[in-house]
Amino acid sequence: MKETEKKNNTIWKRLTRHRLFLPIVCLLVVLLINVIKTPDFFSISINNGVLYGYLIDIINRASELVILAVGMTLVTAASGGQDISVGAVMAVSGAVCCQILSGGQVSTNQFQNPLILAVLAALIASVLCGAFNGILVANLHIQPMVATLILFTAGRGIAQLVTKGQITYVRVDAYKVFGGYIGSCPIPTPIFIAIFIVILMTLALKKTALGLYIESVGINGTASRLVGLNSTMIKFLTYIICGLLSGAAGIVASSRIYSADANNIGLNMEMDAILAVALGGNVLGGGKFSLAGSIIGAYTIQALTTTLYAMNVSSDQLPVYKAVVVVIIVVLQSPVFQKYVKSRKVKKEAIRMLEEGK
Amino acid sequence: MGQEIVLSMKKIGKIFPGVKALENVDFTLRKGEIHALMGENGAGKSTLIKVLTGVYDMDEGEIKLDGNAKPIVNHSPQEAQKNGISTVYQEVNLCPNLTVAENLFIGREPQKYGLIDWKTMNRKSEELLKSLDIEVDPSILLQKCSIAIQQMIAIARAVDMKSHVLILDEPTSSLDDGEVEKLFTLMKKIRAEGTGIIFVTHFLEQVYAVCDRITVLRNGQLVGEYEVKSLPRVMLVAKMMGKDFDDMADIKSDHQEKVDRKSVPVVEAKDLAHTGTIKPFHFDIRKGEVIGLTGLLGSGRSELVRTIYGADKPDQGKLKINGREVKINMPLDAMKQGMAYLPEDRKTEGILTDLSVRENIIIALQAKRGMLHPMRRKEMEEAADRYMDLLQIKAASRETPIKSLSGGNQQKVIIGRWLLTNPEFLILDEPTRGIDIGTKTEIQKLVLNLADEGMAIVFISSEVEEMLRTCSRMAVLRDGQKVGELSGNELTQETIMMTIAGGESSK
Repeated sequence: MKETEKKNNTIWKRLTRHRLFLPIVCLLVVLLINVIKTPDFFSISINNGVLYGYLIDIINRASELVILAVGMTLVTAASGGQDISVGAVMAVSGAVCCQILSGGQVSTNQFQNPLILAVLAALIASVLCGAFNGILVANLHIQPMVATLILFTAGRGIAQLVTKGQITYVRVDAYKVFGGYIGSCPIPTPIFIAIFIVILMTLALKKTALGLYIESVGINGTASRLVGLNSTMIKFLTYIICGLLSGAAGIVASSRIYSADANNIGLNMEMDAILAVALGGNVLGGGKFSLAGSIIGAYTIQALTTTLYAMNVSSDQLPVYKAVVVVIIVVLQSPVFQKYVKSRKVKKEAIRMLEEGK
Repeated sequence: MGQEIVLSMKKIGKIFPGVKALENVDFTLRKGEIHALMGENGAGKSTLIKVLTGVYDMDEGEIKLDGNAKPIVNHSPQEAQKNGISTVYQEVNLCPNLTVAENLFIGREPQKYGLIDWKTMNRKSEELLKSLDIEVDPSILLQKCSIAIQQMIAIARAVDMKSHVLILDEPTSSLDDGEVEKLFTLMKKIRAEGTGIIFVTHFLEQVYAVCDRITVLRNGQLVGEYEVKSLPRVMLVAKMMGKDFDDMADIKSDHQEKVDRKSVPVVEAKDLAHTGTIKPFHFDIRKGEVIGLTGLLGSGRSELVRTIYGADKPDQGKLKINGREVKINMPLDAMKQGMAYLPEDRKTEGILTDLSVRENIIIALQAKRGMLHPMRRKEMEEAADRYMDLLQIKAASRETPIKSLSGGNQQKVIIGRWLLTNPEFLILDEPTRGIDIGTKTEIQKLVLNLADEGMAIVFISSEVEEMLRTCSRMAVLRDGQKVGELSGNELTQETIMMTIAGGESSK
């Protein structure tokens, strides 16, 4: 009897100690609230040949955030700071892509240039943005938040310049694929893109030594340099990757609305991405990281947003409710709170032992 | 000079995880004396000061003030200040954007109708400064004063607060000779008024210029308290560096020197220099040779090897590896030439705190191979197990974060990290600092074994004994310059001490 109790205890302990434990619990809590509020939350039906339901909607809508969160995780881990220009870079990428497809016109009904060219150009523009951030942070040692503030403010202006101040529409079905559906496949394309990018990055981190290098540089740049790592290059690389992924997210976002809306694509996404990293249990000061945590964090945030919409909260008031929930989650994960819980446990244990001793 | 005791610390002990920072240390300060606190890095000087001023809580012992029977315990520097213990640090901790007068009276400004009485404050400041012969206008901003004046102002503040004990923690490090002279005049003046001064410094001449007594610490233990007059310089150096641990003296006896003097040096440096830290030097080392670098703290021991390794990029001179001239711009270049460098400061430059023992061991080899050639999991585990076994690293498992290991085991992990890269030339900068005596002996034996196998090794240590046991040649540094090289019969405590002390010979 006691043996099995002990065994259960250790399994429980190992489970609660796992670094993904809290992020997963947070996600489950948000989902649980949904089930109570809307019993048909998990039901998935097929309407007009595509999957339909709250859950699908959340997973679909979270795609851009997941992609951003991956890039943000790497930047955070290596440089101990965040890239707040990701939302603006999304807008730049969308603008470049749409503008090339429309051949400079405000609206177009057919591609003026090949799609592949437009996508490549958009991604190259995003990589250049990432390189700009990377040079400021890695080579010039400017604080990440300050360095990326430049593109945060200037990015949308650049996007406006590209589209000549207009919203460029690309009314071609082939462009809507990225944000819509491939042929008669019932699953939305963004989900595939997000999964593809996550797998790609996981492979890049595990099949090369990049993951170890990033953690090492983030933990101690001086020590890393002395063991032969090029800290500058590694930090720079993470900003390039972050730029590239922002660009990919920008294309998805622009495809959803088949247009380049420089003012609204990726608006406030940088904050959600940082939040996703934090919710995932990653230390914002850099060092060890967990991609899985950030991805769970991204889905949690999207689940929260969808939930609030489902509860008829208007989009203006949304940030307030989001903030309240986020505060609760972040406090639960804070080391101070966890220490407090631990000390309470120890006290209880001590009292119990004293009483039993008597 | 009065013999009245103002401060007595008895049997002070302080333990940090894995290392005893202070053990059974006594310290006595008498009224109206300047008392030097000396010792090499890691000797426990700053820990002792921090225990006294309440920055750290002590684990053992008691502190008594003014011969009171009741011991005091300071929990914060503020509390220490209230008890009459003031500290002036090397980096003056005043407010540079306030005036001199404001700095003198900050937190205890003279008041009138609940407002600050500026007039009285400035007048009082002027009186105070005048009484101490500090020539400065109290109404100017502190940042306009030189560092020396700023320090004197900090001292004046302490004097005005009726401190019985004044601690000067390396106040002269950033001062020139004239300024040091002025500071000494001020210190003597305060001494005459009966305050006890604790003077922490590395500079031998300064101790002999102003101090009455010296307390020497080494490895967290009290070496002794001496009158300055009766302790010649060479003796002081010997006390600081240590002469004991005779129980290990036989390590070297069975070790045979197998260095081929005529062979091409593994590493040969000509006129290598790094501006501001090390003046041009020559250096060569052959297969199987162990060379010791010695000198007091700040003499350029670490800087010399850092320049060879490319941690500090040399700005002149040539470097040859196995006879070929090479250009080394960064540590990776040096590693590819077969060098390895165990840095002096394990905590800030060696360990990667949150990474596991396994990752800490393989990181250098992985970096050498390049990002696109990752080591396989199995290979990493085998390497980690091999070195954990070989160096007897005590850790819960190879996946334990290195930060939870003791200092000695952390150091072994770093040594393992470098041995894994199979270097031809190994630099060990203070590999035994802050490490228990058993591990020290193990590391020394390891060094000799590696040399037998043909590795060229540079060994830096603050303990001369340790180097005599392992090195076949020694280079002595003073003030960023290589001042001598000793080998064969010259390798004795006395000649080394004398070369380090320089100028003045033993009395």
